[in-house]
Amino acid sequence: MVTAIGFEGSANKLGIGIIRDGKVLSNVRHTYITPPGQGFQPRDTAKHHRDHILSVLRKALDNADVTPDEIDCVCYTKGPGMGAPLVAVAIVARTVAQLWNKPIVAVNHCIAHIEMGRLVTGADNPTVLYVSGGNTQVIAYLMNRYRIFGETIDIAVGNCLDRFARVLKLSNDPSPGYNIEQMAKRGKKFIELPYTVKGMDVSFSGILSYIEDIAQKKLDGGECTPEDLCFSLQETLFAMLVEITERAMAHCGSNEVLIVGGVGCNERLQQMMREMVEERGATLCATDERYCIDNGAMIAQAGWEMFSSGQVTPFNETWCTQRYRTDEVLVTWRDG
Amino acid sequence: MDVESEGSSALRLIKQGAEARIYAADFLGRPTIVKERFKKKFRHNVLDDKLRHKRTMQEVRSMHRCRKAGIATPTVFFIDSNDYKIYMEEVQNSITVRDYINSLKEDKESNLRKLAKIIGTILASMHNIQVIHGDLTTSNMLLKKTNDIEIADLVLIDFGLSSISSLAEDKGVDLYVLERAFLSTHPNTEDAFKVILDTYKTFKGSSEALKKLDEVRLRGRKRTMVG
Repeated sequence: MVTAIGFEGSANKLGIGIIRDGKVLSNVRHTYITPPGQGFQPRDTAKHHRDHILSVLRKALDNADVTPDEIDCVCYTKGPGMGAPLVAVAIVARTVAQLWNKPIVAVNHCIAHIEMGRLVTGADNPTVLYVSGGNTQVIAYLMNRYRIFGETIDIAVGNCLDRFARVLKLSNDPSPGYNIEQMAKRGKKFIELPYTVKGMDVSFSGILSYIEDIAQKKLDGGECTPEDLCFSLQETLFAMLVEITERAMAHCGSNEVLIVGGVGCNERLQQMMREMVEERGATLCATDERYCIDNGAMIAQAGWEMFSSGQVTPFNETWCTQRYRTDEVLVTWRDG
Repeated sequence: MDVESEGSSALRLIKQGAEARIYAADFLGRPTIVKERFKKKFRHNVLDDKLRHKRTMQEVRSMHRCRKAGIATPTVFFIDSNDYKIYMEEVQNSITVRDYINSLKEDKESNLRKLAKIIGTILASMHNIQVIHGDLTTSNMLLKKTNDIEIADLVLIDFGLSSISSLAEDKGVDLYVLERAFLSTHPNTEDAFKVILDTYKTFKGSSEALKKLDEVRLRGRKRTMVG
């Protein structure tokens, strides 16, 4: 029996979760929500994490009904993410590892999403679309690495949505993307936006500049409603994502798709993906917030896999990095 | 025009690619591949129509432009612009470069080198006529035979994402797309890919595109910074 505790704080969500052999014992999260029109800044986000991490930790241990000596390894997010929040959380993970005298495992955030998705859905070897505020990648496993087949060449899709939400001054509660999704449901008119797919890569920054530029003019001129803009933006961005996922599937001969990351919660994206896979006779794994929205349990799960395959991070290497690619990690816990 | 009544046989589905269905058929007595960009339900109607139209037209234009410059691409027989179907020559007994690389056993190194030189040469001449392929992968290159391969044996297909551009930036991105696809599909072939670029380098006007390639690589998200 191996019990792992995971610490996550690479963006505005602070999470601590405990996993024992594939079973989530607890998964506590506290989200830093900023006023409408504002994004979250590294410094303030780190402060939020510092303010709440001890109470979140207490709650995670209590909910799981686990004492520190029952824990076998402490896992934390090494990256990628925002520097200050990452460090704020890593310090606590390092401290408890030393207090409790437990080995520590540094986890790649992207891989944690994938491993949690595999655990919850039981998917064996899916093509993974990882879409969040900081990441947009199409990933497939090949010879001990999660290889990136396609990705954004500039900003992430979630970032594009969040920044457009700021233009419209939408609320950040529960998340800007959620509020865009609700607006989009009432949109009717499709406004043509740039569509940028380069092979299996995508680009979003041009679309964002374009829509930022036309939004005020079109709204003032009464040509369309904010709902129409949200609708058109989602339709365009998601069509690009589904297209590159399909390209990767055709390229790898895969017939399973798993969507992970915060944007994966979007029901319109799920619906479009389902229409695509059904037409190919493939399957779409169910979506679940345990692997979509950042949380501690997913870090614990990836750390659990690493620890069980014999990986422990030497203490002097337990640092953080803002840049940490999915394909840098040697996957020791899966067959070649 | 109803092509089927004009002497072509029924369409037989061979494969469903990412954005098109590929059929085998017979067009006026010739073995033919029909590429149909069918309607994608998941896309908004307006967007879907625009993309299918644009890509079908661009594919045919780029194939024609490449052929004029002596780069092997399938001959286009007919275009059905209502259903977005392209009728083109079937490259018979061919295999994809991807399958070819995966099948290499003996003399893997020297065969890979030879293939890489051919790919490098073809890419250079394609960029020389300002054609940007847009989706360079080893699945989008066919080999007519597998022994003693020569330049004329490599056929480029799938120009749906292509464009015409003289910008070094676009050429650099084109190479970058291939690099990513090549190395993720065929692990441990860094040396062969280097031969592609080294061959590409010997052509006129290639240095700017290669300089852009270096820039585009650094742009990749979350790259580790060295130095």
